[in-house]
Parts: sequence; structure tokens; C-alpha cells
Amino acid sequence: MQTATQPTAHHPESSHHPAHHTEEDAGGFWSRYFFSTDHKIIGMQYGLTALTFLLFGFFLMVIMRWQIAHPNEPVPVIGPLLASLLGSGAAHGSISADLYNSFGAMHGTIMVFLAIVPLAFGAFGNYLVPLQIGAPDMAFPRINMASYQVYLLGGVIMFVSFFIPGGAAQAGWTSYPPLSLTIPTDGQTFWLIAMVFLITSSLLGAVNFIATVIQLRAPGMTWGRLPFFVWAQFVTGFLLLLAFPPLEAAGVMQLMDKVAHTSFFLPTGLAVEGRLAQVSGGGSPLLWQHLFWFLAHPEVYVLILPAMGIVAEIIANNTRKPLWGYRSLVGATLSIGFLSFIVWAHHMYMTGMGTKISSFFQITTMIISIPSVIILTCLLVSLWGGSIRFNTPMLFAMAFLPMFGIGGLTGLPLGLSYADLHLHDTYYVIAHFHYVVAPGTIFALFAGLYYWYPKYTGRIMNEFWGKIHFWGSLIFMNLIFQPMFAQGMAGMLRRMADGGANYSQARVPEAIGGLSHSMMGLHTYILWAAFSLGLVQIPFIINFFWSICHGRPAGSDNPWAATTLEWQTPTPPPHGNFTSAPRVFRGPYEYSVPGHAADFTPQNQPD
Amino acid sequence: MDIPYTVEARPDTGLYNAKVGIWLFLASEVMLFGALFSAYILLRVGATGDLWPHGWLNIPIGTFNTLVLITSSITTVMAWASLKMNQFGRFKFFHACTILLSLAFVCIKSYEYHDKFTHYEIHLTDGRIADGHLVKSTPEQVIIHGRFVEDRKELFDLRAQGASHTHEEITLPRAQIKTMENYGPWHHTYLAVYFTLTGLHALHVIGGALVIGFLWGPGSKLWRQDPDRFTNRVEISGLFWHFVDLVWIFLFPVLYLL
Repeated sequence: MQTATQPTAHHPESSHHPAHHTEEDAGGFWSRYFFSTDHKIIGMQYGLTALTFLLFGFFLMVIMRWQIAHPNEPVPVIGPLLASLLGSGAAHGSISADLYNSFGAMHGTIMVFLAIVPLAFGAFGNYLVPLQIGAPDMAFPRINMASYQVYLLGGVIMFVSFFIPGGAAQAGWTSYPPLSLTIPTDGQTFWLIAMVFLITSSLLGAVNFIATVIQLRAPGMTWGRLPFFVWAQFVTGFLLLLAFPPLEAAGVMQLMDKVAHTSFFLPTGLAVEGRLAQVSGGGSPLLWQHLFWFLAHPEVYVLILPAMGIVAEIIANNTRKPLWGYRSLVGATLSIGFLSFIVWAHHMYMTGMGTKISSFFQITTMIISIPSVIILTCLLVSLWGGSIRFNTPMLFAMAFLPMFGIGGLTGLPLGLSYADLHLHDTYYVIAHFHYVVAPGTIFALFAGLYYWYPKYTGRIMNEFWGKIHFWGSLIFMNLIFQPMFAQGMAGMLRRMADGGANYSQARVPEAIGGLSHSMMGLHTYILWAAFSLGLVQIPFIINFFWSICHGRPAGSDNPWAATTLEWQTPTPPPHGNFTSAPRVFRGPYEYSVPGHAADFTPQNQPD
Repeated sequence: MDIPYTVEARPDTGLYNAKVGIWLFLASEVMLFGALFSAYILLRVGATGDLWPHGWLNIPIGTFNTLVLITSSITTVMAWASLKMNQFGRFKFFHACTILLSLAFVCIKSYEYHDKFTHYEIHLTDGRIADGHLVKSTPEQVIIHGRFVEDRKELFDLRAQGASHTHEEITLPRAQIKTMENYGPWHHTYLAVYFTLTGLHALHVIGGALVIGFLWGPGSKLWRQDPDRFTNRVEISGLFWHFVDLVWIFLFPVLYLL
């Protein structure tokens, strides 16, 4: 570990071959990589697994968009493959309605629980939090290893569920009963069991993150000197810790309904296929909705807070300026954390709730938009007067700002119950949340991958292809989701396997408010945009792996000339990260401080 | 560089790492059981009054189990205090008691579960309802020790009836039986909540007992090498055990007494 004052020259022993061989380096592949307790290895495990699931979730979406644009036509090129893999659901290569529903449910589940959260929290959080606070590892390394392995197990169960008779879960990522319970296949059971594992993994991780930040900050690393990324991960940890258990309880109850024939969520008098269901009744479908959304609303802040943390770090570094409004950022993050627990029923405005309750949730929902805007404003103002370096990470980080702006602002009509009456369960909702997560969070995650790549590998990803990846992703993501606002306002509902053809003016010309030819025609453009978005990820994937061995060498342990502690270690950081506890003397963003020798001063540099 | 504060406390928080960890975990457990209690409340409030059971659980047995767990919490503290006072032998004694008490709790719970699983509500083809414990079941007939009722509602408020209903041996030919269901979680949402809450609680009792058992047995080797670290482990498991006891303190009144 160095206490250098300038970006150090490349240390020969610090690139790929650490000078000393610790006992953790010995052992075979399995003990070093699969059973590792090192937070950096575990972060990589989370990262690679999550990126794989991200790609898989993307494939599901492209196939769904084909079905929407060309209902019941065989999927080109891969149709026969789907038929052989998935059996009758994909007979003759075309997607049946049930298969479409399972793709939809699993796309959501995989993207949220297997891709974004493990990448944002499990990968970036695990890798960076101990480094940024000056700790040798997480507080509980073995629990860390267990959390990854349980996540992998949950992911495998979700994946395998596609191939069981009847296929995967079909009742949406929201799994509302009674539908989720009355579909006679086992996909939902697999989903519930996998969710229990995934929730356990998140809980273990959350305990670890919070305890680590509280207990393992290096001497001099006060709460006020923490990089904003660490604050974001810290609050995210609390959201996971406190919000997930109700869903775990609900998952256990739904599992009991499915397997033990209880009636937690099945009401009295339920009829299935024309006959009275043979259950005790007395249950409440609303109970599931409350328990589900009690988690799922804080979950969306789990999706966005780490992304905001990443964007903040990259903006500070690439403007050569401190972040504007550090205390506002922290205060807003803490407020979001607290408020996110009392807004959940804005997902339930259409359940017949009374005006007093809906008023309460509208008010809290409107209030929570304030700290979100504060964070966005601080990040935007941080650009003002900056000496901006437009490298690939910075492009993604800057694009995050207007994209999250669009996503966030389009949430406001949804948060007001009067407008939500019209927009609930339409494509407007899909557009809103995808804007926040896709050109929002995913852009931040891409930014983070490009940015921290040199710390992990000692090489920089190719800038030219990075810019292709950026511009292509930005353009095509907007082409995919922007039309969906219009479709939603025109009344196109979610989760329709035929893309709304049943409700179109073409099919029912005499109906009022049928979906117009132009609204239906947008499906074709969206399909082409989705396919193109996929094409433009190919250079990224190639770049990601190719640059490990052939990328431009970073030239130093701190190629971006950054102030935070992760850049003050050898590349890659050894087990234990620091030979002795670093001492922190200053805040995280001392860029361009008047009177200092260089335009940045690392946190561990003494006066 | 080793991870600091694994045994000695960090000065500004006054805690060692595992203590922070266990309190955080307990916070998540509060949310878990809280969700289940909330489910109970919502389902109870939504049910019609005369179709919600009262008195289906044996209160003396439940009270005894409550005392068993409270005592086990006391022995847990005594075990940790013994270690703090460098008395390994007394630690062994007290945690042996804890483990035995936890076994007693689980055995009593199993007896209660068995009682429910052997208790049947039988609807006959002529409209009568028989209710009682299974004595014998053959292909031709079912013999229960119970009673007949006119209206199903009479099966629900047993508290009000007290000991006023008598049981007798009833033989029912299978041909007369329309439906026959035991008092498992599928029988009524009250039982669903009861089995889920107490089942999850029992899993926590078993898990805690396993950890305490490990620390009592093979894990106690650590006392020789690093007594402070071992004492901390006992403290952590004790905190978890107190939480498990606390959950039961809520479970008992809500399920047995209300």
C-alpha cells in the first residue's frame, strides 16, 4: 500500500503477480475462486453471474418483443431451438400465450433480483466498500461467501424452472394470488423456493455491509469523510435488511398455499375453472399485495441508490471538482431510506382503497420525490465549472442524469391516484420504470465497469468501442422506451401476449378507444430498436474480455488520478488490501484544491 | 492485515463486529415475524366473528412451554456470565440445561402438533358433523373419540363451552363420510397462521439449539485458545436465543389467549 503524493509509476510487482504469495493464493481453482472469502473475488463472482443473468433477461425480452410485434409467428432463426428446449410452449417456434407470460414474469424477476441488485450491491458494493473505507475485507468474510453461494443456488433454481413440465412461473414478477396459486404447474413453486434463497442471500449481504461500514472504517475515516458511494451502499443495506423479510414471510405463506393447501391468500368462495376451490378460504389476496409491495417499493431504491453512488464518484473524478452538496446528498439518501418504507401502496391504488389511505400514500409519494430531486440536482450542479473529461465512464454517468430525470418525473403522474386510474398497468408504467432502471441504473453500472476496470485488471477498456457502446445504448434505449409512454396513455395494457391486438381498432373497429394503427405500429420500431440494442452490446462484451489481456495498460495504480482509497492500493489489491490500516486525513473529493501541489489529493495523504 | 475488532470492542461504537452483526440480523427477524403477525391481524380482522376459533390450543401446555423458554433464557445468561467469571464448568452446566430445555420445548410442541394432526372434522352424507380425535382407521370405518355437532359454528368457540361438551367413541362407516379433514394448516386460516408462526419459531429454536449445542460441544475447544472470542460467541448465540424467547412471548398470548 503506498502513501504516495503523486500518481505512482507502475510498480513491477503490483500488476498481475503480487510480490508475496499468501496462503490464500495457494490451493486449487475451487478453493481460490469458488470458496474464496476475499471480498474482491466474491465481488467478481457476483459481477460475472449477474452480467450473465442480465444478458439472459435481455434475450427473454427480445423474444417477447418479437411475439408482441408478430403475434403467433415463429421466432426467426432461433424458433426451432426454442421449440426443442421448451417443448409445447414454443411449438413450431412460436411463443404461446402461457410461455409469453412466463417470459414476462421471469424477465422481471431475473432483471431485478438476479441481475441488477447482485451487480449494483453484490458486485460493486462488495468490491469497493472495504477498499473505500480502508478495511482489509468485509466484517464477516465467510458470511460473504455464503451469500454469493446462496444467490447462485437461487439463480440456478430460477433458471432450471424454465425446463420443468409446465415451465417457469407465469403470474408476473409480482406473483399476485389467486392467479399465481391456481395455475396448475410447478413453476411458481420453484419461483417461491428460489426467492427464499435470494432473500436469504441479500439479508446476509446486508448485515455484512452495514457492520463493515460501522466497524471497519480506517482511522481518520469519519462518517463525514466517507465517499458518497459508501453512504449509498450503507442505506441500501438497511433497505435490504428491513424490507426483504416481509417478502420472505409472504413467500413462505404463498409456498404453503401452493404446497400445503392453506388459504393465506385464497378468499372464501373462490371458483377455479368453474368449480368451488377445495380450500379452507378465509384468506386475502390483498395481504399478498401489501407484503409484496412493502418490499418491492424499497427494492426500487435498492436499484437506484448504488447507481447514484457510482455516478457521484465518476462525476467528481472527471470534473476534477468536489461534489456539490455532499451533506445534502447524504441527508437526501437517508431520507429516501426512511421514506421508502411508507409509500408502498401507491402500487395498489386500484385495489379499492378509501380516499384517506390513498391520500396518505400520495402525500408520502410526493414527498419522497424531493430527496430524489435533491440528489439529481447536486449531481447536475457538480458539473458546473468542472474541467470535464469525456471518457466512456463519464459519458455513461452524465447520460444517467437526464435519463433518470425522465424516469423520475414520469413517475409523478403514477404517484397521484387520479392520474394513476388511467395509467395503472399500462405501458406508461413500463416506460417509467424502465427509464429509471435501463438508461438509469444500467448506465451507471456500465459507467462503473469502465471506471473501475483498471483497478481490477491493470488495463483500460478500449475507448472507441466504449463510445460506440455508449451512443448505441443511449439511442436505442430511448427508441425502445419513449414510444411506450404514448402507447400507455393510449390505453395499451401490460402483459398482453398479443401486443394488444385483441383490443385494436383493426380487430374491433366499432369499439371506442381501441388501440390505433399507429400505436400498434410502434411495436415494430420497438422490436428493431431492441434488437439493435442487443447488437450494440456485442462490442461491449468483446471489449470487456479482450481488454483483460490486450487492453491499454493503465500505466499506474491510479490512472484516473482519483482521491478515494481504492485507487491508493496496488493493482489488483492483494488479500488484506492494505499492509497496515491506512490513515485518512481528508475528505473524499479534494480535487483542484487551491495551494495543493497536484489537482487531486488522496484521502490518505498526510498534510 | 487482519480484520480488526473481531474480539475487542471498537472505541467509538463500544461493540465488537459480531455484536453489530447479530443485532442487525435480529432487526431483520423482527421484520420477518412482524410480517407474520401483521398477516395474522389482517386475516383475523377480515374474518367473520363467529367463524374464528377460540380455545383450540391447550393453555396449560402453552403456559408450561412459555416457562420452559423463559427458564432457558435465564440459563443462557448464566452460562455467559459463568464464562465472564472464568467458570467453564458452570458454563457447561448451564448450557446443558439450555439445550435440554429447548429439547423439551420442541417435544411439547411436537405433541401439540400431533394432537392437531390427529383431530378430524368429518362431514357425513346425512348432513351431521362429527369432530374428534382418531382412534382407528380401517378401509371400512373410522372410529373417533369425539362428538356430533349440529352447526359447524359450535366447533369454533371452545372457550365459551369450557368442559361442557362430552366425548364418546363414535364409529363411522366410510360410506357415510362425505369429507374428512384433520386440523392441519389447510383446515382454517387460524391454523395456517398458527402452524406457520410456531413452525418458523420452532425452526429458530432448533437452529439456536444447534448453535448452542455446537458451542457447548466441539466449539468449546476455542475456550483454551482464545477465551474472549469464545465468550463473545456464547454472547452472540445468547442474544439470538433471547430473541427467540421474545417471539414466543408474543406468540403465546396472540395465538393461545386471544
